[in-house]
Amino acid sequence: MSRQSLTKAHAKISELTWEPTFATPATKFGTDYTFEKAPKKDPLKQIMRSYFPMEEEKDNRVFGAMDGAIRGNMFRQVQQRWMEWQKLFLSIIPFPEISAARAMPLAIDAVPNPEIHNGLAVQMIDEVRHSTIQMNLKKLYMNNYIDPAGFDMTEKAFANNYAGTIGRQFGEGFITGDAITAANIYLTVVAETAFTNTLFVAMPDEAAANGDYLLPTVFHSVQSDESRHISNGYSILLMALADERNRPLLERDMRYAWWNNHCVVDAAIGTFIEYGTKDRRKDRESYAEMWQRWIYDDYYRSYLLPLEKYGLVIPHDLVEEAWNRITKKFYVHEVARFFATGWPVNYWRIDGMTDADFEWFEDKYPGWYARFGKWWEAYNRLKYPGKNKPIAFEDVGYEYPHRCWTCMVPALIREDMVVDKVDGQWRTYCSETCAWTDTTAFRPEYQGRETPNMGRLTGAREWETLHHGKDLADIIKDLGYVRDDGKTLIPQPHLDLDDPKKLWTLDDVRGIPFGSPNVTLNQMTDAERDAWAASYRANKNVSV
Amino acid sequence: MVDTTVPKTRSFPKIEFTDSEAGAKEFPSSKSRTYSYYKPAKLRSTMYEDVTVDVQPDPDRHLTQGWLYGFGDGPGGYPVEWTKAVSTNWHAFLDPNEEWEQTIYRNNAAVVRQVSLCLDNAKRARAYSHWTPTWSTFIARNLGAWMHVENGLALHVFTPANRQGPTNMINTSLCVAAAHKMRFAQDLALFNLDLSEADIAFDGSVHKDVWQNAPEWQPTRQLVEEITAVHDWGEQVFATSIVLEQLVGQLFRSELVMQIAARNGDYVTPTIVGTGENDYARDLAGSRALFKMLTRDEQHGAANKVLFEGWLATWVPKAIAAARALQPIWSQPAEKTITFATSFDAAQEKFRQLLDEIGLDTPKELDR
Repeated sequence: MSRQSLTKAHAKISELTWEPTFATPATKFGTDYTFEKAPKKDPLKQIMRSYFPMEEEKDNRVFGAMDGAIRGNMFRQVQQRWMEWQKLFLSIIPFPEISAARAMPLAIDAVPNPEIHNGLAVQMIDEVRHSTIQMNLKKLYMNNYIDPAGFDMTEKAFANNYAGTIGRQFGEGFITGDAITAANIYLTVVAETAFTNTLFVAMPDEAAANGDYLLPTVFHSVQSDESRHISNGYSILLMALADERNRPLLERDMRYAWWNNHCVVDAAIGTFIEYGTKDRRKDRESYAEMWQRWIYDDYYRSYLLPLEKYGLVIPHDLVEEAWNRITKKFYVHEVARFFATGWPVNYWRIDGMTDADFEWFEDKYPGWYARFGKWWEAYNRLKYPGKNKPIAFEDVGYEYPHRCWTCMVPALIREDMVVDKVDGQWRTYCSETCAWTDTTAFRPEYQGRETPNMGRLTGAREWETLHHGKDLADIIKDLGYVRDDGKTLIPQPHLDLDDPKKLWTLDDVRGIPFGSPNVTLNQMTDAERDAWAASYRANKNVSV
Repeated sequence: MVDTTVPKTRSFPKIEFTDSEAGAKEFPSSKSRTYSYYKPAKLRSTMYEDVTVDVQPDPDRHLTQGWLYGFGDGPGGYPVEWTKAVSTNWHAFLDPNEEWEQTIYRNNAAVVRQVSLCLDNAKRARAYSHWTPTWSTFIARNLGAWMHVENGLALHVFTPANRQGPTNMINTSLCVAAAHKMRFAQDLALFNLDLSEADIAFDGSVHKDVWQNAPEWQPTRQLVEEITAVHDWGEQVFATSIVLEQLVGQLFRSELVMQIAARNGDYVTPTIVGTGENDYARDLAGSRALFKMLTRDEQHGAANKVLFEGWLATWVPKAIAAARALQPIWSQPAEKTITFATSFDAAQEKFRQLLDEIGLDTPKELDR
């Protein structure tokens, strides 16, 4: 369709809306934002007649590649180190995708602009595409990869796991609370515009380097839809900026959304890219280098900064602090070590790091070996059952961390840990910003102004609380992370499948008590808690 | 001049043969190659089930930590209280159309091709030049008004319902219905545009005034607007799919336009409207299965029936009023091949059958 025809067609489609006089559509999802002074434009001009065939063509290419991968025996060359992390990633990502579909009514409800409703409804269908195409990719992995365990229980594991729940709070952030906070700022302006670059572009690049060219096929196809979603988000953001009353809310939401996305997405994708790869070429970009390119340059400098002149208050300090955490505070590496520490309650296997990995990490992140080298050596030493417990329960100089009540990633940068009594409960946070999110942002009043539509943090947010005082073997059994012989664990701290003696079973982890740090924290006296907090922040957690 | 600079060494990852194919080794779970966390409806799971079931978690199934965010004034996640209908197991609903991304794009792209080909051929054959002025006016006014119905229901019934339903299977089914209606509404609008540009007398903008002011269409607009104002997603879908679509939608599309267009020299309109009919047939299969599941619920079936009968009592009189108000348009075309009474009888008969399938009694208003 020519541009002229498209413009004409789009103008015609805009005639479909009308001003109701008998009754107005129910407002089901509220917002504290106002749009009375908003300009009304839809820059995208998407129409269904061109949309469906375009997506069908994209689908055909994806499914053709899937057939080709099977015929070409792709799984002869995939790295198990990589594929194992996909058990976690692909258990999480279909939920945020489908949540994005469910988020579109929130945005449509909140924004009185029929022109943009069309684009948002198209995005809704896109997101169903993304969720189901990713579930299908996972099914293909389950059917064709050497070890299907973990893929086979994927959605159950996602729903009961400590790592899955971190991803779930990301997806739930799209669909609950203030409609604009959730469906526009958090989902579109930050998650889709900034972080899908590392999710859907940088990570597939790493997949290809590890012999998996299906992840790039599927996720680049997904990413090609994201540009339209980014355009939706930008339009609504400009509409919100047109009204001065929205400015404080925008500032609040940009701080929350930026920081939460950083905490969650950088934790997960950083780990997959840095610790899931076997590609240790020195000239390959590290996650920090990718972040600089995709998020700092492409998003922060090219997208966010120009919005300053329209009155958007940009969280410069938080962008810098995210960069600081990634490059100087070893955020991603701490997360990877935490996942590996917790291996018995995973539903994937984690390969140990080798000398080649050590060398690459030290080159990319000077000081890495002094901080993490000994721990990973201990991980390799303790990887088989028989003579030792899982590494989390051996003394390797690593203290199990407390979980952040807000982002749910543990407080791994220990000197930044915040402890506070909130809603009658002692809670820990990974950072001042996550503490602020709970105590100040997600509240019915903000800076003296009523914000009744803002969401609330709910649920049993510390996973360990659910299993406090139980035996580790019983926890794993209850979670269902056991293979079909009824005793061998799905998770293993290595990739060796050829010798049954090397595989951990329930018997190897029986008799190990499991505790919740938050339960313990709430049992402390004030003096004990002060002493504990000082000691937590002072402990660098370096194995020697 | 000879270039003596040393070419930069290319860097690329080394492919390694890892023998990581299925079956390369035998170990516990090495043959566990089906999703194990749900029970498929039949012995073997379908693609639809595999890509849809449990993607939206539920505290009643595997979700252990509860929903992590709440609304300012209520719980988060997907509260079952967002409709008054009650089910002992909402997850039992599976979309009979088994919609997932491949079916959505294949089906809708096929419709787009069908409509586009039809419109292209019509232009080449100068098909509209045979239209009488009365038929042009009929299409401009009435099909023009109808496209608003489709668009309004897409955006303000099915789209919000896709956030409100309690399971992924229900919500995806509603999302696809929204997509159908949007596409159909746009197809009608673009058909209107084609006609405006054809060399015939056709008023491409009269539809706005007809929809907003013409007496015969006001009860229909009122019905649509009142349905969009309802908070309960179940009632919205019921009032739309079961009541409005049967008594007004099918009445207008199947029992009028599809019946009379050919006799008025128009083979284009039935092709386009037929796609809307096909969409509705698919969407109705989903709605019928949903409401049937609810009336047959062992624990709550009786209460659901009472609820649905209440919904019928609310919406059937309004739909009948909307249908009757449309009666004058049966007289507008030059070729009047069918009477309103015949059309309305046919629509009511289909409605009775549908209610019977769902397990509901015929409302008394239908027998008058």
